[in-house]
Amino acid sequence: MKALILALALAAQSASSIGGLPEEEEARAQALMREVRCMVCSGESILDSNAAQAQDMRRFVREQVAQGADDDAVREALVQRFGYAVLMRPPMDSNTLLLWAAPIVFLALGGGLLITSMRKRPKKA
Amino acid sequence: MIAELGRYLIALALLASLVQMFVAWRGADLGGRNAYARAGKAASEIAVLAAGVAMVLLIASFLRSDFSIAYVAANSSIEKPFAYKIAASWGGHEGSMLLWCLILALFGYGLARSGPRDDGLRSRAVSFQGLLQTLFFGFLAFASNPFERVSPVPLQGAELNPILQDPLLVIHPPMLYVGYVGLSTAFAIAAAGLMQKTPGRILAAALRPWALGAWTALTAGIALGAFWAYYELGWGGWWFWDPVENASFMPWLLGAALIHSSIATEKRGAFPGWTVFLALLAYILSILGAFLVRSGVITSVHAFALDPERGVWILGMLGVSAVAGFLLFALRAGSLGEGDGFEPTSKEALIGANNLLLAATSGVVLIGTLYPMLLEMMGGATISVGAPYFNAAATPLLLIAALLMPLAPFLPWANGGLKNGVSQMRAALMLIPVAAVVIAFLFAGATPLAVIGGAIGVWALCGAVMDLGQFLPVAMARGQKLMVIGRVMAHAGVGFIALGAAADASRPPDQNVALAPGETVSIAGRELRLDGVSRADGPNYMADRARIVVDEGEGGVMSPERRFYAVANQTTREVALKSSIAGDLYVSVGEARLRSDGTTAFETRVAFHPLVWSLSLGAVFIVLGGALALTGRLRAHAPVVQRDRATKPAEAV
Repeated sequence: MKALILALALAAQSASSIGGLPEEEEARAQALMREVRCMVCSGESILDSNAAQAQDMRRFVREQVAQGADDDAVREALVQRFGYAVLMRPPMDSNTLLLWAAPIVFLALGGGLLITSMRKRPKKA
Repeated sequence: MIAELGRYLIALALLASLVQMFVAWRGADLGGRNAYARAGKAASEIAVLAAGVAMVLLIASFLRSDFSIAYVAANSSIEKPFAYKIAASWGGHEGSMLLWCLILALFGYGLARSGPRDDGLRSRAVSFQGLLQTLFFGFLAFASNPFERVSPVPLQGAELNPILQDPLLVIHPPMLYVGYVGLSTAFAIAAAGLMQKTPGRILAAALRPWALGAWTALTAGIALGAFWAYYELGWGGWWFWDPVENASFMPWLLGAALIHSSIATEKRGAFPGWTVFLALLAYILSILGAFLVRSGVITSVHAFALDPERGVWILGMLGVSAVAGFLLFALRAGSLGEGDGFEPTSKEALIGANNLLLAATSGVVLIGTLYPMLLEMMGGATISVGAPYFNAAATPLLLIAALLMPLAPFLPWANGGLKNGVSQMRAALMLIPVAAVVIAFLFAGATPLAVIGGAIGVWALCGAVMDLGQFLPVAMARGQKLMVIGRVMAHAGVGFIALGAAADASRPPDQNVALAPGETVSIAGRELRLDGVSRADGPNYMADRARIVVDEGEGGVMSPERRFYAVANQTTREVALKSSIAGDLYVSVGEARLRSDGTTAFETRVAFHPLVWSLSLGAVFIVLGGALALTGRLRAHAPVVQRDRATKPAEAV
C-alpha cells in the first residue's frame, strides 16, 4: 500500500522543465552535483551548498550537461580546475587502493575470526 | 563569585574521581565488600554532586548573562530566548565537556550503586570509571574550563550560532552524550572483568544492560541530530556521512554489535573475547569521535572549538584509555574462556555474521573518515571521501546485515536449523510484499541500490511481524516477553529505516528556482505558488516569511522563513514542511534577487521526500525497542521479592 502511494507520488510528477534543462538532463546534472564538493565549504556537495562558489559550479555543471558532455567529461573538467579533492567519490588509483579495499579486508579478517570460532566443535553433549 | 565556585567544584570533582579510582581499586583487591569500596562509592557521589552543581552554576551564569565568563560571552547574548540560554550551556566546547563529565560521573555513581552483583567486579569497575572520570575532569579543569574569566568584560555576548538555536538543541546533545558516555560503563566493566579474571559469560551478563541502555540513548541522540539536519540546515538531507556524523555512527555500530554478541556470550559462552574487545573499543571510538570533532584535524560543518592544543589532550586521553584497555585484554583475554563452537546455520553463526558486518561497516567508516587526512600526512594527493564512497562501501554491508536479521530469532542455539527456521518464518509468504515493493520502486525509476534497499526494508518488517506472531503467544519467564517485544520493535525499526532511506534516495530531483510573487513551481504533482513575502521578526532576529500556496489552497499554505541574526551576523533558513503519508513537501527560501525587468525574485528550494516518515518511525521503533528490551532484562534479573520466593522458588534463577 505504502509502496503504491510512493509509486503514484513519483510517477505523477509533471514533465516540466527546470532551470532551462529538460527533466532528464536536470536529473543527471543533480546526480553529478551531488558528487562534487563545494571547495570553500566543509564537506558539502555543490547541490547542498548555498555558497556563491557552489552556485557558479552548479551553473557550470548545467552548462556542460546542456552541451551534451558526458559525466566523465564534466568531472574531468572540474578536476582540471580544482584537483581531485573536488570529487566526493575518490577515484580508484594507487593512492586510494587501501580505501577501496577496506570493506573486503575487514570482511576477510572478521570472516576468518568467525570461522575459527565456529569450527571449535568437537564435543557433542 | 559564581565562576570561582564553579572552578572550585570542577577541581573537587577531579579530586573525588582520583580518590574514587585509587580507593575502589584497593577495595576490589580486598574483595569489594569493605570500607575502601564504600569510600569509592562515596567519592563517586561527591564527584556527581560537584559536577552537578557546577552545571547548575553554569546555567545560572547564562541566565544572568554574566559576560565576565569567557564561555558565556562567546555563546550567548542578552536578547536570546530563555530556553536557548539554558541550551547554550552545552552548545559550545567547554560547556559540552562539563556535561560530558557530569554524565561520566553519574554513570560512575550508577555503577557503584547498581553495577555488577559481584562485589569485587563492581568495585573494580568503579575504579576504572574513576580513571575515565579523572582523565576528562582533568581535561576540563586544565584545558577547557567553562568558568574562565575574560577581561575586559564585554557588554554584549557573541551569540550562540543561530543554527543551534532550535528546540532540539535542548535535548539532542544531552541524549547523544548519555549514549557516548554511557558506553564508558561497558568499558569499565569489561576492563574490570579482565582484571578480576571474570569468566566471559558472567562478564557479558554484567555489561549487557549498560551497553543496551547507552546504545539506545545513542540511537535517540543520532536520530534527533538527523531530524535536526533535515529541517534546520535547509539542505533537505538527513544523513551526509559528514565526519562528525561518522564519529557518532562508529560507536553506534559497535554498540549494536556489542548488544548482540553479548547475548551469544551470556547464553552460550560464544565469542567471549570478541564481546569484551567490542566493549573496550566502543568507548574508545567515542573518545576518537570527540577528538575528531574538537581538535580541528578534520573539517566538518558540525565541527566546533577547533583547537589543536585540546586535540593533543584528547589524543592523550584516547591513548591512556586504549593502552589500559587493550593491554589488559592482551594479558588476560585467556581467562574469559572459550565457546563450544556452533553450526554455520545456528543462532550464534547469525549473531557472528551480524557482528562481522556491523564491525566491518564501522571499520569502513573509520577508514573513510580518516583517509584524506592520513593520505595527505603521508605526502599523497589531496582527496575527498564523501557520501558516494560510503554509499558504495558501507551501505551494502548494512543491507546484508538487514537481510539476514529476520532469520536469527527462528534459529536454534548451537545446532543448524535453516530449513526449520525458514519454514517457521514463512519466508515464502514474506516474498509477496517484498515483490510488491520491488515493482513499485522499479516503476518509480529507483536506482538498483534503492530497489534492493526498499525490498530488504520490507523483508525486515515482515520478519518482525512473523517474529511477533511466533514468539509472543509462547509462555515465558518474567521479563522475557518484554524482551521479545523489544527485539521485534527494534528489528522492525531497522526495516522502516531501510525502506525510508531507499524511498528518499529515489526522490524526484530537487528544484532550485527563483520565484517572484505570483509565480509557480511544481514538484511531484503538486503546484506551489509564491503568494508573497512579509516581515516576521523574532526576539533576536529579523525575518522574511514567504507565503507559499500549495495546489491553489487545496494543499494548504507553507511559510518558510529566512532569518538574519544581527548579533551573530548570520543568515539561516527556516524550512517549511508539509507531511503526508506519501511523503514530505519541503520548501526553503533564500536570497532576494532583482531581475532585469524590475521584479524581485526569491531563491526557492523545493523538494519532495517520499515516505520520509518511515525514517522517523524507524528511529522511534528502535529506541522504544531498546528501552523495552532493557526494561524486560532488568525485570528478569531483578532480585525476586520475598513473597514470590515463598511461592515459586525455582524461578529465582
